[in-house]
Amino acid sequence: MTQKYLIPLAAVFLLFLVAYTGAGAGLGWFFGIVFPYLAIIAFLVGFVIKVMGWAASAVPFRIPTTCGQQKSLDWIQQNRIDNPDTTLGVFVRMLLEIFTFRSLFRNTKAAFNRNASNRITYSWEIFLWVAALAFHYAFLVVLLRHFRFFTSPVPGVVQFLEALDGIVQVGLPGLFLSGVVLPAAVLFLLARRLFDAKLRYISQASDYFPLFLILGIAATGISMRYFTKVDVTGIKEMTMGLVTLSPTIPDGIGGLFYGHLFLVSILFAYFPASKLMHLGGVFLSPTRNMANNTRAKRHVNPWNYDVPIHTYQDYEDHFRDKMIEAGLPVDKKE
Amino acid sequence: MADELTPDELLDKIDYGADSGNWMDTTKSVQIRPGMYCYAAKAESVETLGLPNARPWNPVEEDWKLPDDWQQILHNGIKERLERFRTFKIFMDVCVRCGACADKCHFFLGTGDPKNMPVLRAELLRSVYRNDFTTAGKILQNIPGGQRLGGNRPLTLDVLKEMWYYFFQCTECRRCSVFCPYGIDTAEITIMARELFNLIGLNIDWIATPVSNCYQTGNHLGIQPHAFKDMLEFFVEDLEDITGVDCTPNFQKKGADILFITPSGDVFADPGTYTCQGYLILFKYLKDKYGLDVTWSTYASEGGNFGFFTSHETMKRLNAKMYAEAKRLGVKWILGGECGHMWRVIHQYMDTMNGPADFLEVPVNPITGTRFTNAASTKMVHITEFTADLIKHGKLELDKGRNANRIMTFHDSCNPARGMGLLDEPRYVINNVCDNFYEMPPNTIRENTFCCGSGAGLNAGENMELRMAGALPRATALKHVHEKYGVNTLGTICAIDRAALSTLCEYWVPEVEVAGIHELVGNALILPGEKERTEDLRMEPLPGCEEEE
Repeated sequence: MTQKYLIPLAAVFLLFLVAYTGAGAGLGWFFGIVFPYLAIIAFLVGFVIKVMGWAASAVPFRIPTTCGQQKSLDWIQQNRIDNPDTTLGVFVRMLLEIFTFRSLFRNTKAAFNRNASNRITYSWEIFLWVAALAFHYAFLVVLLRHFRFFTSPVPGVVQFLEALDGIVQVGLPGLFLSGVVLPAAVLFLLARRLFDAKLRYISQASDYFPLFLILGIAATGISMRYFTKVDVTGIKEMTMGLVTLSPTIPDGIGGLFYGHLFLVSILFAYFPASKLMHLGGVFLSPTRNMANNTRAKRHVNPWNYDVPIHTYQDYEDHFRDKMIEAGLPVDKKE
Repeated sequence: MADELTPDELLDKIDYGADSGNWMDTTKSVQIRPGMYCYAAKAESVETLGLPNARPWNPVEEDWKLPDDWQQILHNGIKERLERFRTFKIFMDVCVRCGACADKCHFFLGTGDPKNMPVLRAELLRSVYRNDFTTAGKILQNIPGGQRLGGNRPLTLDVLKEMWYYFFQCTECRRCSVFCPYGIDTAEITIMARELFNLIGLNIDWIATPVSNCYQTGNHLGIQPHAFKDMLEFFVEDLEDITGVDCTPNFQKKGADILFITPSGDVFADPGTYTCQGYLILFKYLKDKYGLDVTWSTYASEGGNFGFFTSHETMKRLNAKMYAEAKRLGVKWILGGECGHMWRVIHQYMDTMNGPADFLEVPVNPITGTRFTNAASTKMVHITEFTADLIKHGKLELDKGRNANRIMTFHDSCNPARGMGLLDEPRYVINNVCDNFYEMPPNTIRENTFCCGSGAGLNAGENMELRMAGALPRATALKHVHEKYGVNTLGTICAIDRAALSTLCEYWVPEVEVAGIHELVGNALILPGEKERTEDLRMEPLPGCEEEE
């Protein structure tokens, strides 16, 4: 199913070209002002609607997935994080899940060895976790670094982050680590999907599209910083215009920048309608964010309703004679 | 038995290299194959509870005799469930198909069928959700090739059949959920799918008939009250032969301290029956030594709840008996026997569905004084929690030597492991009644435990190939400790396991027997006034009492 990745790849190229040529043809105001605003609005509104939609659904039962010893008898050591019974425990579990991808860290790889041992064996499979973590943190750093373009003066935190990201002090302009890690991690995640038969089978176009999109964003960004050397002063003038709601289109910014900005805008606009919403969903996942204390503290189902049941009286009426004959106690003798 | 397929033939079929092509081409996959599916629910079983579309039908026939508006029923059903269950809605939206779950499923590991990867099982339903319930899906419907590109499918009969086939190849064991970075729980998705199937009468008989029996007669097997009593009395006779002590239990005794409820499988089928005898010995001991009064009930004579595999509503209707009977008898609290899904229902659902149990007391073990604060609201205690507490306080006289012939390992049942976290209590009990205990490899126990392959209502006879394939990961781990340590007994705290693992062992590791934990307790416990025992509960010679040759 080559379509599944060729179409998203072509789409990203096309989107870039549209903005690249469009901006050259005098449509800079659209790609530099109108579309970024629309994209941000779509992102914010879409994100809120999606999360509100989840929050509007009930949580009828408390069903955490327990991954360790429960709290029961005092002398049995409870696993307070993987099987939390308190809000604090849940908080720590969620913190580890969100910031360290704890569940993914457990990942194993199974192999079946026919004829030799006929055994299924499991090995620790760390690469997905490493790549996922590297990708997300590199992306975060890149995102935060870009606040340089939306603030004046640039906050100390952003400058510090830049210094940290450029700590290797190689080349001029100085190499950012995130600029290496991000594309490398994305390429690894892409390679998994393309070359692992299982992954290729389950992957959809909507899995490839964000990868190509982010790769496109990274490629254009890196190219501007290290190779084509765009007019940074002009760009900052423009981005500051966007953020202060007094947009302007300075001359001489170049199509590459519009391509970059357009792909970023597409990413924002696409975000709420896509699987990327796992960013919001992970916080709300009931199997992770609930305490395993259902027997100790009653959980209330907001839509609980009465159901017909077969009562003891029905049962005794049905079996009374047999019960009496067998010497079983009954409530009514006849 | 899986006479059609030998273990070797089954192993030959395994290949983890997935199919090429697009999984959405259903035509190939909806060949519902004997050995892999369960028979359709009998009409009369569906009628007992007044569930929809009771009629005879056959999954391998073209016509499933669905109501004319089945698509609309399912569409509305999905919509309703998206509003009622945040789990369902989030799990439909956030999967990134990272594949971490792919090789965590015992059915995938045992069959190599790519649609048994949890992610793909969920995608079967998710593709319909995306098509019918998301904005993107509605837009893509109008673009040529859009549905295919988006991985979206309309709910056609082929899609329905495919979903039916694969959602009855999931045992709701939650192992995939442990590894999912968003906690997506395929069990939850399977539960929703099966609820939807039940809206149009597509249950399997191995679930529907036990549900019907349980509703009307009190237990899955349809054992009537007098017969239930007879069966326990039969055990009492055996126990008198073995121990010399009369272990007659109470039935429906008003004002007893504790109501005891266990799966009816323990009353009916070996080796569960030996576990049941273990309970009888324990209760007799506690009565004689400490005056604790435990009663059984023929009305609430089923701990298991196949309603859980039907719908949340059916689960509630069956579960209601536990509290109702405890209230009628006026007991202080409820003690539950060894069972897997029963305990997920009790632990995560019962109080919410049928509580509050304000007519019961917070469970206190009157013998040790231990207050089970972890069950303060639901007021039901697991028997291994109870027994572990008794042992810890030195309240049981145990002779480990009587289990000296047992070289044990322990199979964590899915539901107590991943829906509760009951891991160390049974191990503590085992270590106190038996000297030889070896764990299976860490990837296959505790929260990583593998299903027996027959849970969630799939313990039928006609789907034996599926069951034995699903059993392979557990069997492999068992074989490992059997060869390495000479393990000859697989301990478990689940009635379905006791039946299913016995079949598993027979097929994959014939040298190993299955035993419930309270069978071992029953062997080791020294009853006041007992005769010198020479036989264990299976009426086989105790270690040291073998006849000389």
